[in-house]
Amino acid sequence: MSEPVEKLNWFQTMRERYAHPSALSKIGVLGMNRRNVSYISRYNPRHLFPLVDDKLQTKELALEAGVKVPDLIGVISEQHSVKDLSYILQRCSSGFCIKPAHGSGGKGIMVITRQSEEGYRKSNGQFANIGDLERHVSNILAGLFSLGGRADVAIIEDLIHFDDCFSGFSYEGVPDTRVIVFRGFPVMAMMRLSTAASNGKANLHQGAVGVGLDIGDGHALRAVQFDKPILLHPDTGLNMMTLNVPHWEEVLTLAVSCYEMSGLGYLGTDIVLDRFKGPMLLELNARPGLTIQIANGKGLLPRLRQIESLSHKKRMSIADRVAYAREHFTDHR
Amino acid sequence: MASRAPFYILVSLLFLAGTALTLHRHIAFDIPWFPGEQRQTWSIEAKVDFEASGAPVTARLAIPNTQPRFTQLNQQTASPGYGLSFVEREAGTYAEWSKREANGTQSLYYKVDMLVDPFAIPDEQNVVQNIKPNVEKEPYATAAQMILDRATERSSSNYTLARELIHEFNNQEQTAELLAQIKPKTVWIAQLLQEAGVPARRIHALELEDGRRRQSLIEYIQVFDGEEYDVFNPETGVQGQAENLLLWQYHSGPVLEVIGATNAQVSFSMISQEQPFNIALNQKFADNEWLNFSLYTLPLEEQAIFKGILLIPVGVLIVVLMRILVGIKTSGTFMPVLIAMAFIQTSLLTGLIGFLLIVGVGLMIRSYLSYLNLLLVARISAVIIMVIGMIAIFSIIAYKFGLTEGMKITFFPMIILAWTIERMSILWEEEGAKQVMIQGGGSLLVAILAYMAMNLDWVRHLTFNFMGIQLILMALTLVAGSYTGYRLLELKRFKPLTKLDKS
Repeated sequence: MSEPVEKLNWFQTMRERYAHPSALSKIGVLGMNRRNVSYISRYNPRHLFPLVDDKLQTKELALEAGVKVPDLIGVISEQHSVKDLSYILQRCSSGFCIKPAHGSGGKGIMVITRQSEEGYRKSNGQFANIGDLERHVSNILAGLFSLGGRADVAIIEDLIHFDDCFSGFSYEGVPDTRVIVFRGFPVMAMMRLSTAASNGKANLHQGAVGVGLDIGDGHALRAVQFDKPILLHPDTGLNMMTLNVPHWEEVLTLAVSCYEMSGLGYLGTDIVLDRFKGPMLLELNARPGLTIQIANGKGLLPRLRQIESLSHKKRMSIADRVAYAREHFTDHR
Repeated sequence: MASRAPFYILVSLLFLAGTALTLHRHIAFDIPWFPGEQRQTWSIEAKVDFEASGAPVTARLAIPNTQPRFTQLNQQTASPGYGLSFVEREAGTYAEWSKREANGTQSLYYKVDMLVDPFAIPDEQNVVQNIKPNVEKEPYATAAQMILDRATERSSSNYTLARELIHEFNNQEQTAELLAQIKPKTVWIAQLLQEAGVPARRIHALELEDGRRRQSLIEYIQVFDGEEYDVFNPETGVQGQAENLLLWQYHSGPVLEVIGATNAQVSFSMISQEQPFNIALNQKFADNEWLNFSLYTLPLEEQAIFKGILLIPVGVLIVVLMRILVGIKTSGTFMPVLIAMAFIQTSLLTGLIGFLLIVGVGLMIRSYLSYLNLLLVARISAVIIMVIGMIAIFSIIAYKFGLTEGMKITFFPMIILAWTIERMSILWEEEGAKQVMIQGGGSLLVAILAYMAMNLDWVRHLTFNFMGIQLILMALTLVAGSYTGYRLLELKRFKPLTKLDKS
C-alpha cells in the first residue's frame, strides 16, 4: 500500500530539487557540455591556451598590447634562485603577492599586505617569516599548485590597492570582477567577494559571494553564496544590492581589449580595481565557469546567440562593441 | 559550424558494422547471446571384438570426421598392449591397432565426442569418385538393367532416380531376390546409380539415441546432386538424413578390417551430454587452422588476459556517461576504471576495504611528507614506496590473522594508488576535506558502477565473444562526446534560476 505513495513522494522531492531540462533551456542556461563543445572548442583555438594558462605570458602579452596589469616585481624560475627571494623583495617597499604562473582557481596565491620588522603580514593578519615565503616559492616551483603537477615558476607582483568603494563588501582578499567576453563583446559580468567561509579566497565553490553585475552600468543585480541567493554579506552584513562598480566603461573596455590581444573567442577576464591605477587585468581564463549565470539569475545562451547572429561585428571597434553590449545586455532600457 | 553529417555517418557506420559483426558471429558461429548456454555433445564408444589365435593382428576401424551437423571434438582409445595410430586413407580415416601376438577374445575401444553443431565445417570435400563399371554375368545383368530402366523412366533427377530404384527393388520382389544372391541390395543400388551416371555410394551410419548400447551401423545410400548430397533409406526409399543420424563411414570403404583374427565385430554405445558452449567452442577451435577472427583460437592463458582487456571499454563508457550525463566529479579521469579492474580481482567488499585502508593511511603519511618540502617527483616516488610498504604490511597482518582475503590487496595498481593519494592530499590542503570526500566518493561510486557493469556475466560474455560490441561501444562513446545537453547534476545546480523566473 505504502509503496506507491513513497514513490510519489520520491518523485515530488526530485521535482523540487531538480529542474526540468526544458525549463533550463527556456531561460537559456548554458550547460557544461554545451560550453565545452559549442563554445570553448569552437571559439578557443587550442594553441592559444598556453597564453592564458601561463600568467607570465599573459602579463607580457598585456604589456605589449597596452593593457594595464599589476607591476611585476620579479620572477623565480629555478630552485636555486629561491634564496634570492629576500633580495628581490627589497625592491618593493610595501605589499606584494606571490603566485604560481600556472595556478588555477586562485590556488597558491600568497598575499603580503605589509613588510615590517615583525615579518611579512599576510592578508589574514598573521605574520610569516622569510623561510615561510621561501618554502611557498619552492612549492610553486615543484608544481604543487599547477595543473597536472608540472614544474612551474613563481611570479612576484605588486599588491593591488583595491578601491575603497568595495570596503565592507569583501572580507580580506581582493574583490575581482569577472567579465565573460564573447567574440569581443562583454556578455555577462559578476563580482567575486571573499568571505570568512571562503578563507579570504575569491573562489565561489569555497564560499565566496558572487554578485551579478548589470552590463549596462555595473550595478548589482543579485548575490549568491553556495549557489543560493543572499541579500546581506555574511560577514559584514552590508546590503549587497548597494554595490556599484565604478569606472564601468573602463572595466568593459579593458575586458574587451583582452579579446583583441588573446584571440580567444570565449574568454573569462578577471579585473581588479586599483585605487590609484584604475582597472587592471589580473588573469585570463579560457574555460570560464558557469556560476556567473546563477549570480546573474540569467542564462548565457540568449546573449551568446545574439552575438553569433550579429553580421557586422568584425567591423565594430572596441568602443562600439562596449556600447552595443551596454545597450542590449542591461535591465534598464 | 562544420557540418555534423560526416560525424553521424561515421557513428552510424560504426554502429551498423558492430551490429552486423555481432549478428554474423551469432548466426554463423552459433555463439549464444547469453552465457551458460549448453550445447549437446554425443559420446560414442565403438567396441571391436575378435578372436585371436596367436598370430600378428591388425585391426582397422573407420572413424568419423567432422561432417555437416556434427563437429568432432576429441577422441580416445583404450586398447592395452596394442600399438595404435590414426591413418588417413582414401577410404576415410581409420584407427589402426596392431599387436605381434594376441590370444583369445580381444576387445578394443574407441571413443569419440561429437558436438551437435549446425555450423560444422567439414574437414574435406565429401564427393564420390566414379567407380569403374562392373560387368555382371547373365542373368543378373539383364535383371539389373530392367530395374534401372523402369526407375529411369519414372524419374527426373538424381534424387528421384534413387528413390524409384529403391521402390523397384521393393516392388519387383523376384528380381530383387535374384540379384540379392550375389550382392546385397545396397551394393546393387549404389552400383546401378553409378551406372546411370549418378554419383552415389553406400554409407554406414549410426542412429544416435541417448543411453543405447550394443548398436550396430545401418546402411544408407548417399546420392549426390551437384554440391549437395542426401541420404536414402535403402529399405523404405525415404529421403533425408534424420537429425540423429551420424555418418560413421562415408568414403566407400569398409567399416572394420581385421587381419589375423576371426569373428570380428563392432558394436556401439552412446550417451548424450550437455556441455557449456565455451568448452565446446574451445575444443572446436582448438586445432582449427581455418582463419576465423575468434579469440578462441588463442591459448587459454591469452584468452583470460583478453577477457580482462575487452572489458575496459565497458568501464570507460561508464566513466564517460557518468561524467557527461550525470556530471560526477572523479579524481583522475580513468582512475575509477583501474580501481574497478582491481575490484574484479579482489571481490567488491575486500577491494573496497583495502582501498579505503590504503588511501586513508596513505593520506596520513602523505600529510607528514608535505612538511618535508620535497620536489614533486621525489614526493610521488616516496608515496609509491610507502604504498608498497603498506600493502606488504597489510598482507602480512591479514595472513597472521588468517584472513587470506587480505592478501588480495596486492592486486591494486600501486602507481595509480600513489597518484590518487597525492591528488587527494593536495586537494585536501587546497580545498578542504569536503572536496576530498566529494571527489573521492565520486571516484569510488563510478568505480563501483564500472565494477558492477564489468562483473556482469553477460557483459563479460558479450565483450569476449562478439568483437562487434567494441565498435558499438565506440559509437556510443562518440555520441556521448557530442552531447550538448544538461548534465543531471546541473539540473540541480541551476534549479534556483528557474525559481527566480516565476517570482
